[in-house]
Amino acid sequence: MKANRSGERVRWWTYALLVLAAFACLFPLYWMFVVATTDTATATKLPPEIVPGGNFFHLASLVFTTVPFVRSVINSLVVAGTIGVGQAVLCSLAGFAFAKLRFRGRDALFLVVVLTMTVPTQLAIVPQYMIISWFDWVDTLQALIIPGLANAFGIFWMRQHLSSALSDEILQAARIDGATTWQIFWRIAFPLVRPAAFVLGLLGFVTAWNDFLWPFVVLKSPEMYTAQIAIKALQNSFDIDLGLAMSGSFLATLPLLVLFVFVGRRMVAGIMDGAFKG
Amino acid sequence: MTTSTSPLRAALPPPSITTTGRHGLADRLAPYAYITPFFAIFAVFGLLPLLFTFYVALFDWNPIGEHVYVGFGNFAHLFDDGRFWNAVRNTISIWVLSTVPQLLGALLLAHLLNHVRLRFAVFFRMTMLVPYITSVAATAIVFSQMFDRDYGLLNWLLGLVGAGPINFTQSVWGSQTMIAVMVIWRWFGYTTLLYLASLQAIPRAIYEAASVDGAGGWRQFLHISVPALRPVIVFTIVTSTIGGLQIFTEPLLVGRATPLTCGPVRQCQTLTLFLFEQAFGQFKFGYGAAIGVALFLLIIALAGLNYLLSTRIRAEKS
Repeated sequence: MKANRSGERVRWWTYALLVLAAFACLFPLYWMFVVATTDTATATKLPPEIVPGGNFFHLASLVFTTVPFVRSVINSLVVAGTIGVGQAVLCSLAGFAFAKLRFRGRDALFLVVVLTMTVPTQLAIVPQYMIISWFDWVDTLQALIIPGLANAFGIFWMRQHLSSALSDEILQAARIDGATTWQIFWRIAFPLVRPAAFVLGLLGFVTAWNDFLWPFVVLKSPEMYTAQIAIKALQNSFDIDLGLAMSGSFLATLPLLVLFVFVGRRMVAGIMDGAFKG
Repeated sequence: MTTSTSPLRAALPPPSITTTGRHGLADRLAPYAYITPFFAIFAVFGLLPLLFTFYVALFDWNPIGEHVYVGFGNFAHLFDDGRFWNAVRNTISIWVLSTVPQLLGALLLAHLLNHVRLRFAVFFRMTMLVPYITSVAATAIVFSQMFDRDYGLLNWLLGLVGAGPINFTQSVWGSQTMIAVMVIWRWFGYTTLLYLASLQAIPRAIYEAASVDGAGGWRQFLHISVPALRPVIVFTIVTSTIGGLQIFTEPLLVGRATPLTCGPVRQCQTLTLFLFEQAFGQFKFGYGAAIGVALFLLIIALAGLNYLLSTRIRAEKS
């Protein structure tokens, strides 16, 4: 057992580098918390305080009174939650159709789905905004939700999972027993790929929660803000009170950190599972 | 991507079962119903706006005023606009500064993580995904503080070793480095996991054989790991090109007092931010759309170039 990647002892510098990387990943969040707990006088003191102060609740309450923060977190939950669940269901359905059903134009349509992944749609933001205003959706949450439901990568991903998870014998047996396509999907296919759909929904949730440009363009009134736009509004007072923007950032990141503690392992596995295996 | 060919050819139930029986018509239409939501949404909010961008770019288009056809006037104006070329330069340099170290670092970390005897492997992997779940807005705010001229952590540390404070936000390279650091921080863990997944798919017997033949760790990495990773490396290069050239939030939040230009002399204004400034700050929709078209061409050109370069390397080495 001499091979490097299989049996050999892990060298100390491997751990040193990995610990350094882990520190780099976690420190900015820790620092966010530190500044979020100190008043401006302390935050602008040199040398900087590197342990949390006792001002967290004071600043947090300021966050809630400066912007409608509770409302913005609820908005974010509604938007990101709907997008997460919606993507999980819609991508599973489309992935099922592409993986297991036979219909005219299937392969060509699937190629179109794959190609849309490479289209940089963000630069079309001017007409996107115009379309949203024709729908009279400016300053509404559906302007964020509906466009966010389409996910080409998700379809590709669910198709891969369904191709390997659902055997054709089972499919055929169900057909002979008289099951409709919908029943096959809902009773047989979806339960088999529920873990993959769950991770996909999580990734959709996180992306929607953190989205900035589109909500920034579409949302106008503070009651409609998502958490990210609320942070931006707090940052306008950055020079006045450093801790305020940090406190808002921390509070807007906290829900995802809590979520990550419970599902982070599955997210890691999901990302690695969906990756290239060639 | 080798697995993607077989599912497409996956065996299907005989058509007689599909089309006959009690549920004939409904079952025949079902596949289309299942894929329609995606195509409908993409058509309305993705494809249509993209095509419409090319149309709006030909107009002097005021959102609340009138639209005057100007032909290629917007593009001629763009070509002479120093602010545009400044944004092109900034976009490309921020993209290079953020992509190259990120991919190289991810490669190294994935190599380190791919060790069967590594302890706390789950902890290391999970930690590396924490930046990915942190929002760009929060990232920009906390890094701005760390890079602050007067009270920032970094300048304090520099002060300890006797170096003078650096005014990151005011200088071109300083503000761009700062943005690149934010991008790297947020994405390197995700990229590392993609690389690690590919590394784990390499049979260990290959490494063992190489080891028996006397190849050391570094040569194993160069001659076994890197070639096997090529498809995923090409993928990450192309996706980071498409994403990296559209950077917007970091420069907006770094700019603070002058957010739409990322500083008084546009030192870190990217193309997407320039587009936003013209379209939504000055209400020149036509000019904004023209910037969008230019950005589109730039992305296509650079993504295509990168694809060709990275696949050529593959062809030469193998």
